[in-house]
Amino acid sequence: MVFQIDYLALAPELIVVTTMIIVLTLDLILPRPKKYWTATVAVAGTALALVPLGFLVLENEVRSMFDGSYVVDEFALVLKGLFLVAAYIVFLMSHSYIESERYYQGEYYFLLLASLLGSLVMASSRDLIVLFIGIELVTGPLYMLSGWRKGDIKSNEASMKYFLLGILSTAILLYGMSFLYGLTGEITFAGLAEATAGMADEPALIMAVLLMIVGFAFKISAVPFHFWAPDTYEGAPTPITAYLSVNSKAAGFVAMLAVMYLALPGVAEVWAPALWLLAALSMTIANLTALRQTNIVRLLAYSSVAQAGFMLVPFAAAGVAGADLQEAFAATVIYLVIYAVMNLGAFAVVIAATRNGRSGELSAWSGLARVDPKLGVLVAVFFFSLAGIPPLAGWFAKFAMFRSVMIAGGAATVALAVIAAINAVIALYYYAKVVKSVWLDDPVAEFADDERPAGSLRLALGITVVLTVMIGFFPALATFAGEAARVIARGS
Amino acid sequence: MEWFETWGLTLTVFLPLVGVVLLGLIPKENESALKTTGLVASIMTLVASLILIARFDFSSNTYNTYQFEVSETWIGAINANYHVGIDGISLPMLVLSTFVMVLAVIYSWNHWDEPKNPKAFLILMMILATGMNGTFVALDLVLFFLFFEIVLLPMYFMIGIWGDKTPRKVPGFAKEFETRLYAAIKFFLFTLFGSAFLLLGFLALYFESGKSQFGRTFDIPQLTELGASGAFSGNFAFLVFGGIFLGFAVKVPMFPFHTWLPDAHTAAPTVGSVLLAAILLKLGSYGFIRISLPILPEEAVSWAPFIAILAVIGIIYGSLACLAQSDMKRLIAFSSVGHMGFIMLGISTMTDIGINAAIIGMVAHGLITGLLFFIAGSMHHRYHTREMARLGGNIKLMPVMGGILAFTAMASLGLPGLAGFWGEFMSLVASFNPLPGLSLGVFRSAMVIGAIGTVLTAGYMLWMLQKVNLGEPGDEWEGKELHDVDRFELAAWVPLIVLIVVIGFFPKIIFNSTTDVVTSLVDMAFNPETTASISSQIGG
Repeated sequence: MVFQIDYLALAPELIVVTTMIIVLTLDLILPRPKKYWTATVAVAGTALALVPLGFLVLENEVRSMFDGSYVVDEFALVLKGLFLVAAYIVFLMSHSYIESERYYQGEYYFLLLASLLGSLVMASSRDLIVLFIGIELVTGPLYMLSGWRKGDIKSNEASMKYFLLGILSTAILLYGMSFLYGLTGEITFAGLAEATAGMADEPALIMAVLLMIVGFAFKISAVPFHFWAPDTYEGAPTPITAYLSVNSKAAGFVAMLAVMYLALPGVAEVWAPALWLLAALSMTIANLTALRQTNIVRLLAYSSVAQAGFMLVPFAAAGVAGADLQEAFAATVIYLVIYAVMNLGAFAVVIAATRNGRSGELSAWSGLARVDPKLGVLVAVFFFSLAGIPPLAGWFAKFAMFRSVMIAGGAATVALAVIAAINAVIALYYYAKVVKSVWLDDPVAEFADDERPAGSLRLALGITVVLTVMIGFFPALATFAGEAARVIARGS
Repeated sequence: MEWFETWGLTLTVFLPLVGVVLLGLIPKENESALKTTGLVASIMTLVASLILIARFDFSSNTYNTYQFEVSETWIGAINANYHVGIDGISLPMLVLSTFVMVLAVIYSWNHWDEPKNPKAFLILMMILATGMNGTFVALDLVLFFLFFEIVLLPMYFMIGIWGDKTPRKVPGFAKEFETRLYAAIKFFLFTLFGSAFLLLGFLALYFESGKSQFGRTFDIPQLTELGASGAFSGNFAFLVFGGIFLGFAVKVPMFPFHTWLPDAHTAAPTVGSVLLAAILLKLGSYGFIRISLPILPEEAVSWAPFIAILAVIGIIYGSLACLAQSDMKRLIAFSSVGHMGFIMLGISTMTDIGINAAIIGMVAHGLITGLLFFIAGSMHHRYHTREMARLGGNIKLMPVMGGILAFTAMASLGLPGLAGFWGEFMSLVASFNPLPGLSLGVFRSAMVIGAIGTVLTAGYMLWMLQKVNLGEPGDEWEGKELHDVDRFELAAWVPLIVLIVVIGFFPKIIFNSTTDVVTSLVDMAFNPETTASISSQIGG
């Protein structure tokens, strides 16, 4: 076996690793007042990693390494782009937040970059081991980061819960993978796809698939494996919550997508009904629970669980009806991209609104628009976009989701579509509740909102709001991601 | 002016959006600049739509041929295009929309509901205008859906921010809510519920069309062609029609999906109610004519008796509900349920007379109910109450206002010679003779019950006039300075009054645009051998 290392293909990962090392070194030598440089380096490094990505996209060529275990193709590139841009926005959001609270800046950025590295690796992984390493590298640093607000008992709780349940899910996932390996003797996706074809009756295989689904369901916080999410989201520092709900969730999704579509397409009849159930439960239960939330971050936590349910819909639909997997794959990836943009925006708004001691309770947001109309507009844009109201980006995510369901046809899928449609209406109620509080209610207490948000936060808000509106009017901006996904699904 | 052929519709749709950008740049304090910008944007939109009339070729008016057509790729991946165009059916609706918008801006000049903020209000109005105009010209289902939904956001904020602030009890909740909050979210949820199913229906059509020569398409003209050739049938078509029906029926609104309407109309600020009644409701009935009927003709026929029955229930229920109201604005709101019932009855007959009736009914209802809401708003502005029991003797206190109210009420109850007459009368005529094959029993009963409905309509309108206009003014108004109609109100209302009279005497100005195209629509979709020519009956 000769390993040929393709440095251009690995350049984004290498740049991120280099940035990590620089950040760690800088943190050692810089005096405390100058530590903000670590943030600057992290932001710059992430931006720089996008450059080789651009070259790779232009070149448009599949690069495969390590016996096909590590592949850089269009699909991987789209996801890497998503992860990098999302991480870039999270860094922008973190900057003033972390600095103002005097946290350990160097370590913070180091860990976050490590998690980013994990997601980049995962996007390229085409075998179970690389996939596992990637997904654990994503979550490992987050166990620590979610407990970053040491003084706050809630943050400790967040970290502890996330850690315990995360470890448990990892064990279950690994157990499932070991079954799979034991049955087939394969670890690459291509090999697994070949070996498992027509094995749907094998009880051990069913066991393996279900165990892996449970493991992934924890990562993407699908009902009934979502219990850690609201507490962790609430307790963790807000930028980390944003990262959890976007990057980490997307990573879980991609891992699951890759395993189900690329490694186990032959046993769709096993995993599809399970996913159908997860999707229906996630949407319904999370939406109903979200109705009663009074804390914005908890509300967003349940919202992200429900959104995970929506993302699962195409999966389940295609699998159940045995229809076009490409369409479903494309729909989920389009949903992920749009969701990432608007959800990051929503969290950036939360950070901006709470910067002057305003709490995350919905009641504290009453009449916010009266004090700060611009922020009010942003709240309306992001929350209505999450609800899927045209002309904001979210509508196209829902549209793509419904489209892939209808393409599949069949009674079970149409039933799922109807459940999704009703859930879209329920979801609107609580998203609108936030907007109502901000725009329609009278201001309650005085908050000095004269100070503008920090420049980096404004940049994060600007990027996300522009993207949300632009994608809403020109969804073609997001469909390219779906096209890339279609390509890989066809290739398998 | 060659460029207008391709840019005309795009201008009509997006000029208000240019207005939004300009309004956004003007500081909040500079009210006069804001108002002028809003007015200029809406007038330019109206002018664009008038040029459309001037250049519209009324002679080549067969269904499924469109003028000022533009088709550009929009979302390539799903074959959705920016495809716009108008025909004789959408032209009157489009002009109604641009016209009422100008009047709404003029009216709002000195009528700002609390908490004022003209900048935000004008921006919302302009977004609304884009959504409404866009819906009437869209020829692609995705584009249609997008515009159809755009109107939700501005209306939600209009009702929620500027709406009625009196607290009310909501069943199921312990504490009281302000009416505006309840009404705003109710409006939003109901409509969104309908549109979720609308979208599912559209997507189903899209996939089914994949079996045809066009491939998967959202294109309305292509789908119409497929529909006419019978491509959509059976159980599939039944479900699709059901989904689309749900979406439009909520918007119209038809009984039993109407409950959002009285709340939303009553709670909305004056201009909001006017736009809601005059145009937003028409998006639903227009959708029936543009999408449900031509694309799914077979199903339309089999659903027709059901639609007719719901329409008639709406007529009777709306009228009876009116008689139970003590709040003037709420009464007008319920009257919309009845009037939209007549429009839907007309559509459900699937005949050229019925559909013509529906279109002129939509225009007339837009003008008349729009005006009624203007008046109700202005009276509330002066009396600070809408309780009809307290408003008696209005005509003595404000002769001009009272006169206009009397005139509009007459128009609304369908007095011959005014615009409201044609829609009601012709719907009833059409339901005497529905499309061959439809149950005569159902439709003739519908006609009889509908005719009773017209009596009830007259009943509640006269009852309202009696309570509000006649009698002696209450003591509480003694010595109060109650100024009569001001010039902004007149500027907004006189054009409406003139049009109500003109259409009343010369319905031809609407039929001229619609008759041929509706006849050809009916021929194409239902292909009846015995389509009576409408022109012989209305003298066109």
